[in-house]
Amino acid sequence: MSTTPSSKTTLPRRAFLQQTSALTLALYLPNARAGLVAQAQASNAANLEPNAFVRIGSDNKVIVIVKHLEMGQGAHTGLATLLAEELDADWEQIVIEAAPADAKRYNNLLMGPVQLTGGSTAMANSFEQMRRAGATARAMLISAAAAQWGVGTASISVSKGRVTHLASKRSASFGELATRAAEMPVPTDVTLKDPKQFVLIGKHAPRKDARAKSNGTAIYTQDIRLPGMLTAVVAHPPRFGSTVKSFDADAVLKIPGVVDVVSIGSGVAVLANDFWSAKKGRDALTVKWGEANAFKHDSAEVMAQFKMLARDPGAVARKDGDADVALSKASKVVDAAFEFPYLAHAAMEPMNCVVRLGRGECEIWNGEQFQTGDQAAVAQLLGIAPDKVKLNMLFAGGSFGRRANPVADYVLEAARIAQKINGRAPVKLVWTREDDMRAGYYRPMFFHTIKAGLNAKGKVIAWKHRLVGQSIFAGTAMESMMVQNGVDHSSVEGAQNLPYQIDNLLVDLHSPTIGVPVLWWRSVGSTHTAFSTEVMIDELAFAAKVDPVKFRLEMLNKNPRHAAVLNHAATKAGWNNRLAAGKPGEKRGRGIAVHESFGSVVAQVVEVTVKADKTYRVDRVVCVVDCGIAINPDNVNAQMEGSIGFAMSAAKYGAITLNNGIVDQSNFHDYRLINIAEMPKVEVHIMPSMKPPTGVGEPGVPPFAPALSNAIAAATGVRLRKLPLKLT
Amino acid sequence: MIRINVNGKALDFDLPPDTPLLWALRDTAGLTNNKYGYGMGLCGACSVLLNGTSIRSCSTPLSAVGSGKITTIEGLDDKVGQALQTAWRKLDVSQCGYCQSGQLISASALLRRKKNPSDADIDAALAGNLCRCATYVRIRAAVKDAAKSLA
Repeated sequence: MSTTPSSKTTLPRRAFLQQTSALTLALYLPNARAGLVAQAQASNAANLEPNAFVRIGSDNKVIVIVKHLEMGQGAHTGLATLLAEELDADWEQIVIEAAPADAKRYNNLLMGPVQLTGGSTAMANSFEQMRRAGATARAMLISAAAAQWGVGTASISVSKGRVTHLASKRSASFGELATRAAEMPVPTDVTLKDPKQFVLIGKHAPRKDARAKSNGTAIYTQDIRLPGMLTAVVAHPPRFGSTVKSFDADAVLKIPGVVDVVSIGSGVAVLANDFWSAKKGRDALTVKWGEANAFKHDSAEVMAQFKMLARDPGAVARKDGDADVALSKASKVVDAAFEFPYLAHAAMEPMNCVVRLGRGECEIWNGEQFQTGDQAAVAQLLGIAPDKVKLNMLFAGGSFGRRANPVADYVLEAARIAQKINGRAPVKLVWTREDDMRAGYYRPMFFHTIKAGLNAKGKVIAWKHRLVGQSIFAGTAMESMMVQNGVDHSSVEGAQNLPYQIDNLLVDLHSPTIGVPVLWWRSVGSTHTAFSTEVMIDELAFAAKVDPVKFRLEMLNKNPRHAAVLNHAATKAGWNNRLAAGKPGEKRGRGIAVHESFGSVVAQVVEVTVKADKTYRVDRVVCVVDCGIAINPDNVNAQMEGSIGFAMSAAKYGAITLNNGIVDQSNFHDYRLINIAEMPKVEVHIMPSMKPPTGVGEPGVPPFAPALSNAIAAATGVRLRKLPLKLT
Repeated sequence: MIRINVNGKALDFDLPPDTPLLWALRDTAGLTNNKYGYGMGLCGACSVLLNGTSIRSCSTPLSAVGSGKITTIEGLDDKVGQALQTAWRKLDVSQCGYCQSGQLISASALLRRKKNPSDADIDAALAGNLCRCATYVRIRAAVKDAAKSLA
């Protein structure tokens, strides 16, 4: 069925440009390495290269090789800060280069032999590695200077990119010493600074990508253009699990610019010289789908099934004491149920990937988040060795977890298309917003019940938490690591480790298999566990007639970090002061929540105004974070601000629903994000700490929705336990 | 051939007149810094200036440009554009950065109209430019900072 009209395969660009002056040729036909070059004007004069993370050239540039994806969270700047700190480099001389795929050198040290950006681990796993890399290079520069000047190494100091021998008033730049330093032995044990000596860590290092991202020169996958490249737009089935039965491409191939139409099993790809022709081709395509294994249920049916499952005990995630016995003795029992919809990541840059096939090798350009998984998947498809899959890690226009997929969905799709046309042209797969929204790999839908008992003194003596939802890890290569005794850790994180002191506590889990693909979504399990636990605690405080902050603090005696963060948030928000009244007809309220995820503890106080028409506006959010040492405090603030806005889109609007297996939402008009006018005032406070760093990319998300629900309850007396939070 | 003026230069496109300006600029002219995010005109990632007003290039057919002057972020090099880009860097506004060309385009249209915008002015002018990273707090601050530096 697919055709290969040879006359159309090369580049008779039907649209060409007659320009009166210089649009440079490079811009019009960027060379094959445009993406790499644009992200790092890498120095070729690499004289000193003591390890996999730094190169210093005679041009005095310090190239820092970063192994983690920059998707907005600040990984490039953070990793470079660590290395530059111990190197005592000048921040201006630091240039970032994205690492290639190589798990031997660039694995995530918290994840074994796997190169992956995720779990808010970039700083935590690199904290020592990058500092050591910098200190090693520094030691070699000092040795070179000592040899050159004939002085002892102990008399040499380094500051802001200059190596100095004070006594003889001699000094040299890194560039001047690089060649000689490369001849020095690589030290195996270097001493790292005492945190008190830090000059970059904990201070303000401006983002290294700020310039490229404010003048339009930052290169994303969407911007890659290789000579002869074809753009592919794919017709995906309307339901998950469908396959291609047959297709009619006659009308498609008549569209100017369209080059080929190929079936890739899970869809039909239209290849054209440019996106718009490919999209027109896709719109003209007729496909018959095989629906024998298609998912044809409504999301409401799935929720009903979850509610049935929740009647029976599940796999036990944690059991302290005997919750049932304690509940039978309680003087007051509070019983609540919580509902969470599927959520799409909806990164601003819809998923895309560029693949070029060669002989026994392949090269990919991608906002690459999971090198090891993508390499393995593509290698298996092509029948080549994983190290023959070269990955160019570009900036990602957001991800929120979507660009790291254990089944490598969109990357494999791009590779399959390239394979189908026998690699005769590089292929750029572009998903439209609609494709992206409807492709699945959602935050799983969940149903929770919590039954808690108070004794006569208002103390919580029993807590029984049941969760029902799809496992993210079941069926993936990481199942054995993440699923134990029927419990997917990512389903119960945040619930299993409830920080409150409750003697009789049970957490159990059902993990039904549903034909809708699911994936981690910024803060993973904590997206739902923070909500149910922190709304429930608040509800219990009201039942016990105790202030919600005081109520929590009384149960946090064994978790001083949580207590300190909570206390600080309450203080900064003026928790004990009365909230100013709203306009006539408006009700105002304040709510609080605290939650630990990825080793960081975050508390937020939300102030809300509920209007007469039952809509609401979030006025102010006070956020306190304990993330260990704050490598770049301004970036910690930025991540908290952004997490609050991200969480607010989900809390206010977020829901992917299905009707007869078809996803109802398609674009931002029916999967809304908050805009600038809805963004509240945000105040972030960082707890001072000298402990090793934990994450900041995700932990700001979980406390927002429960704090908002608690604020709405304070304002109106109505407890919202179903997401998104709606009073109407 | 459709001739339009982009960043002060005349460009000729041999494209169907219904081709969205976005794809003409990206795929044909190689001006990739207005981004594809939505395709229906509401996310604002594709914003460009048409005679100084922020428009959505994804839903503007090439034929509708006529003799109007198009400015993309590549051509945003006047005083207002420079002040905004400086403020954007100073306050480290960008996270993933994908929407920021569009944000800067819309902000520049605002500052051309209004020298000293209030929060409400900023919110109204930029409400059509979504940012999934929610950098809105800093966008507001940076627009004000740029306005101050221009005063």
